[in-house]
Amino acid sequence: MIPMNSIEIKNLSFSYTAGNDVLKGIDLTLNGAATAIVGQNGAGKSTFVKLLKGLIVPTEGEIVLNGKNTKDYTVASLAKEIGLVFQNPNDQVFKNTVISEVMFGPLNIGMDEQDAREKSMEALRKVKLDEYVDTNPYDLSLSERKMIAIASILAMDPNIVIFDEPTMGQDHEGKETLKEIIYELRNQGKLVLCILHDMDFAAEVFERTIVFNQGRVQIEGPTRDIFKQKDILHQAYLEQPIVAQIAEVLGVAGSYVTEKEVVSAAGACHDPNFVE
Amino acid sequence: MGIISVENLKYKYPDTDKLVLNDLSFDVEQGEYIGLIGKNTAGKSTLCFALAGLVPHFFNGAYGGKVLINELEVRQHEIGEISSHVGLVFENPFSQMTGSKYTVYEEIAFGLENMGLDRETMIHRIDESLELLDITGIQDKNPFDLSGGQMQRVAIASVIAMKPDILILDEPTSQLDPQGTDEVFKVIENLRKEGITIIMAEHKIDKMAGYADKILFMHDGKLIDYSSPGEVFSRDDLEDYGMTAPAVTRISKSLGIQNKQNGLYPVTLKELSREIGDTYELHRN
Repeated sequence: MIPMNSIEIKNLSFSYTAGNDVLKGIDLTLNGAATAIVGQNGAGKSTFVKLLKGLIVPTEGEIVLNGKNTKDYTVASLAKEIGLVFQNPNDQVFKNTVISEVMFGPLNIGMDEQDAREKSMEALRKVKLDEYVDTNPYDLSLSERKMIAIASILAMDPNIVIFDEPTMGQDHEGKETLKEIIYELRNQGKLVLCILHDMDFAAEVFERTIVFNQGRVQIEGPTRDIFKQKDILHQAYLEQPIVAQIAEVLGVAGSYVTEKEVVSAAGACHDPNFVE
Repeated sequence: MGIISVENLKYKYPDTDKLVLNDLSFDVEQGEYIGLIGKNTAGKSTLCFALAGLVPHFFNGAYGGKVLINELEVRQHEIGEISSHVGLVFENPFSQMTGSKYTVYEEIAFGLENMGLDRETMIHRIDESLELLDITGIQDKNPFDLSGGQMQRVAIASVIAMKPDILILDEPTSQLDPQGTDEVFKVIENLRKEGITIIMAEHKIDKMAGYADKILFMHDGKLIDYSSPGEVFSRDDLEDYGMTAPAVTRISKSLGIQNKQNGLYPVTLKELSREIGDTYELHRN
């Protein structure tokens, strides 16, 4: 049996400057389901995942990661457990070849040279950049560099993988690649969390969705239930996925997260040969 | 002749073998809003550079054909001269920050100082741009302390303040949330109404379809199509170019909802709603 990864968050608060809470009293249990984190800029999403990763420490409350408080982990042991792909790859990428960039993490958590190289090559194949092994990451485009940042986390093979805005700058094919990676991680029993501004991607790919608004969890639950709540989404300055908006125009009631669902529901009532 | 005229433009970066722009020809009329689409590596950013003069003046490389901006041939004029006509917002806002200014306010002033505007005009334009992009609250912050989304707004504001005739934006909403994205699209729409010509590269085609007059569709450095959003997104071969149509168009196609006159599929919710209305109307009659 694949062990289930979990994070328990209890009454978590954080402020960069006293009296100015970025996060306020967050209670959440994250396990099994691939989870999307959505919310407007400044809602506290990136701060939240930085806390999970131990880059900053809670002002109040605690985070229990696979049964152990994050305070009791060393930075190195936490790094093996949890990988965070930064929003801006330029904050993460610093080596002068793609392969040394991707191998940096695995080597640092104590993998031997050969394992690190194998894991790195495998990760580069997943992001479809294995032909650029000796290229300088800064000679690649921003969207490619974003994929390099992802590969360097995958190569460390952590149990928990967090992506901050992975769809940023990705085209149709890039998003398809990301879907494959996320599905594979989930099938391996890893806990996948993903900050997203792309509601369509969130609806299609993730089982669970958490909506952040002004430092709090506004609502969370199965993705399908969250994205049908138009009014609550508007309160959090978000919109429904385009498929849900299309379903509304087509006049088919229900909750939709994929195009296929909309087409089959609408097909029945818009078929010219359909007789009521 | 249009405000932008591109004739047989070919270009490759120094020390490379491949033409990144391969024989492009097209015209843009003043006040048009052109959506630039294509998969990554199609040549969109390079085309943006070529229209702003960074290609060939900054990047060098092999260059053929002509780009005319307001009848000025880009190749024959210095960047400084071209930049009074064309404003370019980079894909990565980090690259746009001068690095020599300590506040957002001064950052936006930078371009205006270079244009030699008087103090009063500068203050007026800076305040106007800050308000347009809703960033008045961060005007005293250091540009490098900002989030990606905030920095992207500053980058747009700093270019808009210069009031170029032509505004080129390379994925200006990549780091913005849905609300921020909507705001930027609306700001740009308003600039278009003032007569500014817009060229915008963007992956968010669902949004783009509702704003652009025409879609310039590139693949592998070549121009595949240059026509209305309806015509481009109704094509059957988009997938062959690693592209996809807006969700509205794909779903309409599956359901056979199309314009009875021209056979094109809806590209926006509004058009979809209209087509369905017509269908119901037909059924009722």
